[in-house]
Amino acid sequence: MKQDLTLHVNGRGYDISVEPRKTLADALRDDCGLTGTHLGCEHGVCGACTIIADGEPLRACLMFAVQAEGMQVRTVEGLAKGNEWSPLQKAFVEHHGLQCGYCTPGFLMLATSALEENPQIGDDELRDLLSSNLCRCTGYENIVKAVRAAAAEMEAAR
Amino acid sequence: MTRDAIGQSLTRLEDPPLVTGRGRFIADVNFPHQLHMRVVRSARAHARIVSISTEAASALPGVYAVWTAADIPEIGPIDFREGKIEKLEPYRQPVLAKDMLRYVGEPVAVVFASDAYIAEDAADLVEIEAEDLAPIIEADAAPGVFAPGLSTEAAILNQGFGDIAAAFANAHAIVEIDVKIGRHSGVPLETRGAIGRYDTARDILELHGAAKVPHKNRESLAKVFGRGTTGLHMFEYHVGGGFGVRGEIYPEDILVLAAALRFERPVKWIEDRREHLVAANQSREQRHKIRAAVDKDGLLLGIDNEFWHDQGAYPRTHAMRVADTTCGILPGPYKLAAYRAIGHYRLTNKTPAATYRAPGRYETNFVRERLLDAIAARLDMSRIELRKRNLVRKDEMPYARPLSVLEDDVSYDSGDYAGLLDKSLERIGWDALQDELKARRAKGELVGAGLALFVEKSGLGPTDGAHVRVDTTGAIEVITGGASVGQGFETVMAQVCAETLGADYRNIRVIHGRTDRIDFGIGAHASRATVMTANAVRAAALNVRAKALDVAAELMQSEPAALDIINGQVVRRDAPGGASMSLGQIAGHLRPHSPTRRGRDPGLSCDGWFDSEHQTYPYGNQIAVCAIDRQTGAVKIERYVIAYDIGRAINPMLVRGQILGGFVQGLGGALYEEFTYDETGEPLATTFADYLLPTLSETPDVEVILAEDAPSPRNPLGIKGAGESGIAAVGAAIASALDDALGVSGAIVQLPVTTQRLKRILRELGK
Ligand code: FES
Ligand code: FES
Repeated sequence: MKQDLTLHVNGRGYDISVEPRKTLADALRDDCGLTGTHLGCEHGVCGACTIIADGEPLRACLMFAVQAEGMQVRTVEGLAKGNEWSPLQKAFVEHHGLQCGYCTPGFLMLATSALEENPQIGDDELRDLLSSNLCRCTGYENIVKAVRAAAAEMEAAR
Repeated sequence: MTRDAIGQSLTRLEDPPLVTGRGRFIADVNFPHQLHMRVVRSARAHARIVSISTEAASALPGVYAVWTAADIPEIGPIDFREGKIEKLEPYRQPVLAKDMLRYVGEPVAVVFASDAYIAEDAADLVEIEAEDLAPIIEADAAPGVFAPGLSTEAAILNQGFGDIAAAFANAHAIVEIDVKIGRHSGVPLETRGAIGRYDTARDILELHGAAKVPHKNRESLAKVFGRGTTGLHMFEYHVGGGFGVRGEIYPEDILVLAAALRFERPVKWIEDRREHLVAANQSREQRHKIRAAVDKDGLLLGIDNEFWHDQGAYPRTHAMRVADTTCGILPGPYKLAAYRAIGHYRLTNKTPAATYRAPGRYETNFVRERLLDAIAARLDMSRIELRKRNLVRKDEMPYARPLSVLEDDVSYDSGDYAGLLDKSLERIGWDALQDELKARRAKGELVGAGLALFVEKSGLGPTDGAHVRVDTTGAIEVITGGASVGQGFETVMAQVCAETLGADYRNIRVIHGRTDRIDFGIGAHASRATVMTANAVRAAALNVRAKALDVAAELMQSEPAALDIINGQVVRRDAPGGASMSLGQIAGHLRPHSPTRRGRDPGLSCDGWFDSEHQTYPYGNQIAVCAIDRQTGAVKIERYVIAYDIGRAINPMLVRGQILGGFVQGLGGALYEEFTYDETGEPLATTFADYLLPTLSETPDVEVILAEDAPSPRNPLGIKGAGESGIAAVGAAIASALDDALGVSGAIVQLPVTTQRLKRILRELGK
């Protein structure tokens, strides 16, 4: 039985109708047309589906869409302000932090939530954080570099 | 940016959509009225099908159809890409299992439904009744029966040269090892997916979600459906990693097309991760019993290489290529007088195997470098000295030997193997490092250093083409038959075109993976794209340049040789700041109705072709420093150096990216990743919780030495491939370092060296 609900994503309301078993990731992709959130395992391991809900990074494959009702959800599509990319988006390009780009939205959202909270995040803490997502292409080094560079920029802008 | 785009670490043209959520991967693509397909897979490793019941599934609301093999009698088993191979024909995989189940994960039935969730529910309702048979799990066990009269030893491969018997008869010493490489694979972060679509209005069958080799696959698929290649087109979208696995023809590709044709509705299939880990090609699993004959100075007289290749349940589109490459490339950078390879190509009841990044090289680098370490230990010689004595020398290039890889005779084009080794040894400070490690070991630490050398291969031809065109606004389109699997293909091609033509690379759009835009294409496999397609792009851009200068010379009352193109503007060489004409204006003069065209072919556009007779052979070495934790058996990589000579790097940043990414995959295969099976053939690694991809915490810093000392004489750009260098020798170098840490040569005989295996080794050695 489908259920009507409103998802708040990137500051916009999406009125959708989904089965209770539909995951938030599938609802974002299929019902809101926001396909930037990717699925790599649907199992909570890879982090490709990482979004930010009420300020916290979450795995959208582990959550049902109905549970997200009333939450403020942010996805990769909401990172740029118009044509102005966020510092992390810029840094990923500058530092070659992506190859196929499949893991990238997840890493961007994970790092965004962390840096918004604390751009002075320490090296160990950052490595710990980024170890929770998988990338099969880059070998991670450039992802770390990109996040470090963005952190410096965000810190300077504070 | 104009004339010096090649060699620059430019940012990628691919990135903007990918960092803003605007990428389009196959799961993001939808067509109106589409059906969703779900595959019902075998839960048994080896069984005879008694019955399949589909009634309950068909009855579920939303289900459109359910197919078993009986519903598609017109579709035969999946063919080999490079044509008929008589002796393997009877072993080919049916699109849906007919009588036999041969591995867990084998497609048995498919459900088509209006919604992916419903398709999955319905698939659970399909019941397969079958009689279990004894599975074959080990490729080196006695061969079994595949079908009456057909052994599971489907083929034996042979390569070799020289008098192997004499080599061993005259040996000062004979050194033998018995080593194994575990089963692992590419495991891209995006799973596979495909959409079949039949355009009834134009009678064109379309496969969306192509990858790797769209043109080759189009030919194969057109044959399956009895169509000409003009009636079937392939469309590539963003691809979330290829690594050799994505883009082969699998049963699912054929099924979505067959269903789209039959139902006249688009049919979409997206694989889930568990499926991927049992259904997509696995790779690498080989056991080698290998022995070397050496003289008293450590010179290699002969190598005798017998191996068992675990192909899994069926040959796949590659047929025997991995095993064949294993035969041809094993000698690597070393000279030897005699060589014999005997490869047992064996079928087992596991997921079928095929290529994974550096196929045949990750395996043989491990095996050969283990052998070299064993020889060094036997002769009490340093590992470095032994290698140096046997390396092919710079002045011996090009160096041919009577072996073949991918049906191409092995002939190393250029290189200074010893010189590059010296660079790495110097970087890591090898001699001082040995003293330091010795001191640490004396204090009880298990720490050691190891190295491995390797020769890669890239750029198999024979021919690739490209088309370059400039529109009247000056925008440039490069149409290739290449494929992009996330490696930066568009940027690299744009850089080559920009430099050759004299334009800004950001003004260039690169087309790939579209069979409706260009007739031929070699795709992206075996590190071919850069070598073959880039040289074709260069040829096409040179032709466009010549045409542009010819027109401009006439209009500017000059000679082509007196003109140059800078940043899309034709200028006089002697007065670059003076009068100029844009490429867009020249394209305007070449419009069909333009009076200034003067009999030239319309359009500022040209084809270009590149032919190559032999592959190019990049090379490198890797040095690892590893410490073992006695308690946990965990390995910590303290330092890692990768030296690689790429001939000429078009974009060093991207090459480094390829090396680093490849390294981490190699690390996975060396220490963590393995597709294990229990004795019933049940796969034990079916989620990311059991199949362990390295994360950032397992990843050490890697020092890369990117050399351009030996450009390839085999193409005008001098380039060699980059894709497989980082991964190629990781297992080999880490094994060598772990032996050193344990103080026992030959302690490591199997990859991956998991913590469990290492703990067992520690126990056995009493460490
Ligand atoms: S798809 Fe959600 S964690 Fe992998
Ligand atoms: S860039 Fe491909 S998975 Fe990270």
